[in-house]
Formats: sequence, C-alpha cells, structure tokens
Amino acid sequence: MDQVSNNKLDYLISRKDNLYEIIIGLEVHAQVTSESKLFSSSATKFGAEPNTQVSLVDAAFPGMLPVINEFCIKQAIKTGIGLKAKINKRSIFDRKNYFYADLPQGYQISQFKDPIVGEGKVILDMPNGQKEVGIERLHLEQDAGKSIHDLDPQNTLVDLNRSGVALMEIVSKPDLRSPDEVSAYIKKLRSIMRYLGTCDGNMQEGSLRADVNVSVRIKGSKNLGTRCEIKNVNSIKFMQMAIEYEANRQVDLIEEGKSIDQETRLFDTKKNETRSMRSKEDAHDYRYFPDPDLLPLEVSEEFIDNIKKDIPELPDDKKRRFIDEFKLSPYEATILVSDIDTAKYFEEVVTKMGKNKDIKLAVNWITGELFAVLNSKNLEISQSPVSSKNFAILINLIKNGTISGKIAKTVFELMIEGDKDPQKIVEENGLKQQSDPKALEALIDKIINDNREKAVEYKQGKVKLFGFFVGQAMKASSGKANPQLINELLKKKL
Amino acid sequence: MSDITKQTLSDLIKNIKAKKLSSEEVTKDFIQRSEKSNKLNAYITEDFSNALQKAKMFDQKPNFNLKLPGIPIAVKDLFCTKDVMTTAGSKILNNFIPTYESTVTQNIWNEGGILLGKLNCDEFAMGSSNETSYFGNVQNPINENLVPGGSSGGSASAVCAQLTPITIGTDTGGSIRQPASFTGTVGLKPTYGSCSRYGIVAFASSLDQAGPMAQNVKDCALLQEIISTHDTKDSTSIDFKRSQYSQDLNKNIKGKKIGIPKEYRVDSMPKEIEDLWQKGIDYVKDCGAEIINISLPHTKYALPTYYIVAPAEASSNLARYDGVKYGFRAKGENLIDMYEKTRSEGFGAEVQRRIMIGTYVLSSGYYDAYYLKAQKVRKLIKNDFDEAYKKVDAILTPSTPSSAFKIGEKKDDPVSMYLNDIFTVPVNLAGLPGISIPAGHDSKGYPLGLQIIGKAFDEQNILNIAYAMEDKINFKNKISDWWIK
Repeated sequence: MDQVSNNKLDYLISRKDNLYEIIIGLEVHAQVTSESKLFSSSATKFGAEPNTQVSLVDAAFPGMLPVINEFCIKQAIKTGIGLKAKINKRSIFDRKNYFYADLPQGYQISQFKDPIVGEGKVILDMPNGQKEVGIERLHLEQDAGKSIHDLDPQNTLVDLNRSGVALMEIVSKPDLRSPDEVSAYIKKLRSIMRYLGTCDGNMQEGSLRADVNVSVRIKGSKNLGTRCEIKNVNSIKFMQMAIEYEANRQVDLIEEGKSIDQETRLFDTKKNETRSMRSKEDAHDYRYFPDPDLLPLEVSEEFIDNIKKDIPELPDDKKRRFIDEFKLSPYEATILVSDIDTAKYFEEVVTKMGKNKDIKLAVNWITGELFAVLNSKNLEISQSPVSSKNFAILINLIKNGTISGKIAKTVFELMIEGDKDPQKIVEENGLKQQSDPKALEALIDKIINDNREKAVEYKQGKVKLFGFFVGQAMKASSGKANPQLINELLKKKL
Repeated sequence: MSDITKQTLSDLIKNIKAKKLSSEEVTKDFIQRSEKSNKLNAYITEDFSNALQKAKMFDQKPNFNLKLPGIPIAVKDLFCTKDVMTTAGSKILNNFIPTYESTVTQNIWNEGGILLGKLNCDEFAMGSSNETSYFGNVQNPINENLVPGGSSGGSASAVCAQLTPITIGTDTGGSIRQPASFTGTVGLKPTYGSCSRYGIVAFASSLDQAGPMAQNVKDCALLQEIISTHDTKDSTSIDFKRSQYSQDLNKNIKGKKIGIPKEYRVDSMPKEIEDLWQKGIDYVKDCGAEIINISLPHTKYALPTYYIVAPAEASSNLARYDGVKYGFRAKGENLIDMYEKTRSEGFGAEVQRRIMIGTYVLSSGYYDAYYLKAQKVRKLIKNDFDEAYKKVDAILTPSTPSSAFKIGEKKDDPVSMYLNDIFTVPVNLAGLPGISIPAGHDSKGYPLGLQIIGKAFDEQNILNIAYAMEDKINFKNKISDWWIK
C-alpha cells in the first residue's frame, strides 16, 4: 500500500537565496443535484429560457417565505459522510445581507456560525504518495441570480433562474501547497460527489466553482502570510494559472520589501493575471444574523443513519478493493476509480469476461484503446460506443488466442460503429487467428524456400533477419497467423 | 341608513342564514357607510364593486354551512390579496398588485367572507398612531383629530365606525391591541405560529402575528377560529390542536388564577389607568377567579430589546424593496444611485429610522453588544412568563399607558411614541397570546383597554376570561358619527 509520504516534489518559488512555499485553501461552491431549489419548488434545469424557473419566493415577493427542501439537506449530509466529516445535528440558517440586482431578497440565506457539516478530510493520490487535505466545514446556501451586462447597451438584465438554487460551500483547511494538489483536490472532491450523486461537478455549467485563498511564506516558516482571495474561478486550469500568477505576485512584493494587502481579487482569464476587486477596508459588512423565517435545522441520529445506508462504495474504498481483489497496481486502480462510470464499466467487463479472464489485459485495453476513442470523440464512458459486454468478449477473444492483439485493434475499430459483436466481426471478416501448426509449418517452409539466401545469412549469424521472416509469415497469412506459433516454428526451422 | 351595519357579526350571520338578510343587502350597507366615511381615511384601496359582485354571486348560490356566509370584510393592507393592490401603507409598494393571496385572508374567503377593501396602516406596520402611512393618517371615530392607534389603525377605525363587521390586523409589538384599546374594540394577538405569516408583508418575522379585531369577544373568537391554521408554507407555523374558539367559548372562569405583575405599575402611569386596572381586578374576582400577585422582573428591558430585535429584522426584511423587481423605482445614474433614490423617496421617515437602527445593531463590532444581547434578554423575558405561568393561568394588565392622543401630538417624539407599546411588547417578545378588551373610559370619554395575556396556545382560556369580563364590564362605545354629519 502507498503511504502518506514526505513530499519530495515540493512546488517552491525561488528568488535569489529565498525559497517560498504556497499555502492554498479552497472554498468550493458545489451545486446540489436536486430537482428543485433550496427553499422553493422551482426547477433547477441548466440552460432554461431566462426567468422561466422562478417562483415568488425566488423573486422575493412581499410576504413570501422560504421552506427548506428536505432533499437538499439529505444531499448535504450525504456529501458530509463522503468527506468523512462530522454531521451537526443542529445547524442554523443565517441571512447574509448585501444589495445587488441579482439578489432579490437583499440577502442570501446561508449558514454562518453553525454549518450542517463540520470537520472532515479528503485523501489525494499524488505521484509521490498520498496526501490528506482537511475539510473545515460544509454549509448550505442559496445561489444568486445572474446579471447580464452585455445584452443591452444601457441596461443590465437579470436572470433569476439560478436564484435560490442550493449550493454546498465546502471549505478546505489551508493544506494545499501546489497547483497540482489543487487540481487533484478538485478532481477528488468532484469524484466523491459524483459517486454520491450529490453534485454533477460540471464546471462548464457552473455547477462547481471555487474561491481560492493564496498566501506565500519562506519555506520552513511556521507563520502564515497575508492571504488574498481569488473569487469565483470556474476551471481547474484557471485555478492553477491564477495560483501561479498570484503566488509569484506576492513573492515579488515581499522581495521588494513591500507588504501584501489582504484583499479580494479577480482572475482575468484573457490577460492571465489577478487584479484587485476590493480591499479589506472595502469588504462588505454582511450583517449575518439567524434567519427568523426558518427554525434551527435539527436532524435525528436515525435520519443520518438512514442516509448512511444509501452511501455507495466511495473511491478510496473501491481503489483498495480493486487492488486486493483484482491485483491492480495502485496507479491502475486510481485511474479506474477516479470516475464512477469508469469503475462501473470496468467491473462490468470483469464480470462479463467470465471465469478464464485476463484482468490486466482488460485494464490495458480500457485505459489504452477505449480511453483514446472516448477522448477523440469527446465522449464520457457512460456514452461509450462499445458496450461492456462486447468489450469483454473482445478481451476474451484475445485471451483465448482467437485473434491477435494486432487484429484485435482492427476488430475494435469495427466495433465502434454500432457496438457490433466482436465474435461476428471476426467470423464475417475471416479474421480468426491461424493457430493450426501444420498449416503454419507449410507456410513457413514456403517462405524459407523462397528466401533461401536470407535463411543462409541468418544461420551465419545475421540474427536481425528473424524479424524479416516473421514479417513475411504475417504478410502471407494476412496478419492472422498466431505470432507466438510463428516465432516457435521459425526458430525450429531456421 | 338601515341598522344593518350596527349588527354584530353573529347577528349578521344569523340573519343571513335565516334569509332575513341577503349578502348583497349587507354588503351594500357596509359599502354605503364606508363611502360616507371617507373623512376617517380608513381605506387605502376600496374593492366595492367586486365585493357587490361577489355578494350577488353568493346569494345566487348561497352556502349556509360556511362560517362567514357572504359577510363583507375589509382587511389591513399588509395582507397580500390576489389582484387587489397591496401597499403596506408605503409609497414603495404604491403600484403593487399581488398575484397571490395570504393564507390568513384565503382562510376568510374559504369560509364565505367577501373582501371589501384594504385598510390603512402605518407604513410597514411601523408606528403606533397610523401617522406614518404614506396614505395619510386615520381618524379615530371616537373623536375628531384623535389617532386610532397603530399600526392597525385603519382596521381599528373601520371596526369602531362599523365600516366592516370585523377585520384582521397584524401585531408585532402591540399593533392590534393598542388600536383596539384606543377605539373601544376587541383585538387578539394570537400565539406566535398560530396564524400563518405567508403572504403578509413582513416587518419583524420573529414577532409578526396576524389576529382578529372585532366589536365583541365572540366575534373575535369566531374570526380566530377561521384564520388560525397550520400552514406548511410558513416554517414557523405551528401544528398544534386548535380549539373551536367560538363554539368552546364560555364565561365560566371560576377558580382561574389571574396574575397581576407588579412591574407593570410603571412610573408616571395615569391614575385613570391604575383605576381601570383595579376595576379589572374586581371584575375577574366577581367572576370567581383568584388574583395572584406575580413578578415579571425583566419587563423594563422589553422595550429596548424590542427596539433592537424588530428593527434588525426589519432592516433585512425591507432590503427586497430595491426598485429592481416591483414597486416604486426612482431613476438613477447607476445601480447604487437608483437604490439610494428609490429607498430615500420610497420609504417614509419612520421606516428609514428603523432600517438605520436595524442596520446599526447588526453591524460587525456592534452585533454582540446589541443584537446578541437583545436575544439573550428576550430569552429572560420569556423565562419570566414561564415562571409566572407555574403559578397563574393568565395575566391581567392595562393594554396601554394612556388613552388615544391627538394627531400630531407625539409625531416628532419617537421615544414617547414607542412607550405606547410598553405593556404589549413583552407579549410579542415571548410569543404569547394577548387580547385587549374595552374596559372603560377616561375623563375625556375616550376608551381604555385591559389586556389578558395567556400561555402559549391557550387562546381559548384568554378568550373565555375576556368573554366573562366583557359581560361584567358591559362597555358601550360612544360613537357620534361626527365624520358623517
């Protein structure tokens, strides 16, 4: 088993004689997978016509009151369990007050002092070992609407479809030290939530975005530097770019003898730089106070236990099982479990291969050929053009020598069009491997006869020519000859 | 004019059920009297032609099983009414027409009630004299240029002047009981969670409660029976077993223990109020109840606590009136400028004062000293009542420290205005039910009220005590119709 190791691949910034390390903490906003909003029954579908999924509550009409959506509570607790976190049986919804055109109530209902989920952890698989990242808390809150500034020359337009959609804010401890760790953390978080079905993790649609807190300090120092918060970054690549820029900016300031202002910054994706949005002095005073429209949220032990019963096997456990049960390497297991659908596909293939199976071969084919096809076609594995059943048959055909690995690639290409049964493809195209020793012997005899001079040269020590004979044999059999048998026979005959 | 409008609700219902009166006749008379009473300025929005239409429809297909068969009712303009303008007494909602109905009003229509119109009130229910309304102050039918109290001033005035047989108000710190006291009418503030807040323009969510206002205790009990329902659209609505308040109403209060809190004998309390209170004590004794002296030691902190909690919640509740989505919008150079102009022009002075107080007490650095402290004191005030209710079944106090005052008299002195609610505010802070009943007149002939405070969910008990006392007091309101002549 791999272990939490001392990081030997530290990400450090060096200036003159100084080495700086980066301290990163993330506040991830994950949209809860739910048919309806956190406090209203409006739909939450992405991409609907503007203002078509808005209730009177979402638009903050006079006298409208929030009513908690129990499903969203379950989803948050489920996520908390997935993060191995403490579930708080009593939590409180607070109002975070500020004015903005896309915030109809004039406040966001969030959780401030008493979140629904407390401390937890996430394990990252880094190239040099595992790393544990602490979770500070997870709380539920409403999303705001969307201000659209570029559709009208004079006016800002507001779309309230998103207003009131449930978000989980997952706050990490400042445990991350490099852009790569941030990438691994986001991917792991997303993987866990997809396993749980609590957030689809779709960053293009804004279902997952993060505020990134960055500070730097001389390596080895115990004190934390002044941090800057980069708001609302919506792709892993941008997070990494923003961190690199921001860390270097801070190091430069320190090297120049200047101080860092605690502030909120924006990442400009076009210029690849962060810039100041507001300083600490200009920070909003949100005037948090418990929302008097909502009672404190109390959940029973039984309620939590019932949710626990629904928790599927999570990536870390699955990985351990894959290593134990299928003798996979940690590396292979990590790849297969990172996405729940990949893991599911793999396990289906394993089951469908039956008794005499070659799991290693299946893994190689999934991570090699299948991933390549999915990549080139920009498909998820759940949309794979080759079903797990036919994929299993293909692996078995290779394993039992019916076709060679090379022919298998041809067969696989034919399978992609309409998920054809590889067995039939082999039969219809006569691609079955020739493994009859007598037929192959005759074939080899003929080749040696036709190339007598080369055979002599080989015998005189020009061993490289062996390849030539193999090639001739494969060519003569249109690639169908069993390469292993050809090798054996050639060695004997030459 | 016939005497229809002089009839009690119970009589009107009886006569309609006996087919001695039609809904149309009743509705017409209340409309006529309302139209003659413009000088009171009790209405913000009249819905008379629709009301008449609905009355005719009721008469065509009458359902006498309903509790309010074709009874016309005007309501405080804080309740959202579908397709009828709802202003909360504010310029900022001057053009607002809801597409939805509040649960409380819906309950009334479900029982056959017919909307007459929307009654004047202090802006966002912030006031004790109805002088903060954008739509002008309301006259007290008792005498010209006298305030009807507030914030449900239009409601109290309308019931007192018999422009509506009954009505509903809302009570955050005394807004039902104080105007009831000022107009010689009955007003009940139910237990917090008894009536749904869905569709009521919010002032202070943890204190707001709708309640009935009527000319007598029985009518009040009937309306409470109708409006109090558990509602899943309001998370603070409580699912408890509600009694049939009017049917279970009885005058037998023998052996009930009534508490008299010594802290309510405030300095500078007029002798008339002292005497009224004593009279009340004598009445309940007459009814066979036992008087027990009690202490509610944190009473003196109630008013300052209220004026932190209520504005804090209001400052947040009123943030939605920003000119973006509905209501009044002033033109501005940019978003912030539009906000500032809209809210400066759209809200009146008292509302702005409370928004500022509320914003201040929630600000970082002040939150602990004000809001958090106030919440702790609020708990202590509630504990006071819990302790007292170990010894008594209900508490008797005056409703207000004085009778109705002149329009303009306290307008520029907010603190003196706030003192009006000194006896009513603790009840809201503790979430308890309280009823004000008319109990006598002062030397000027203005009505004075007594308040009976009950245990949570014990409305039946305080209605019974009020019912028994009402019988002994035999109060008669002196209405001269001065505004019609």
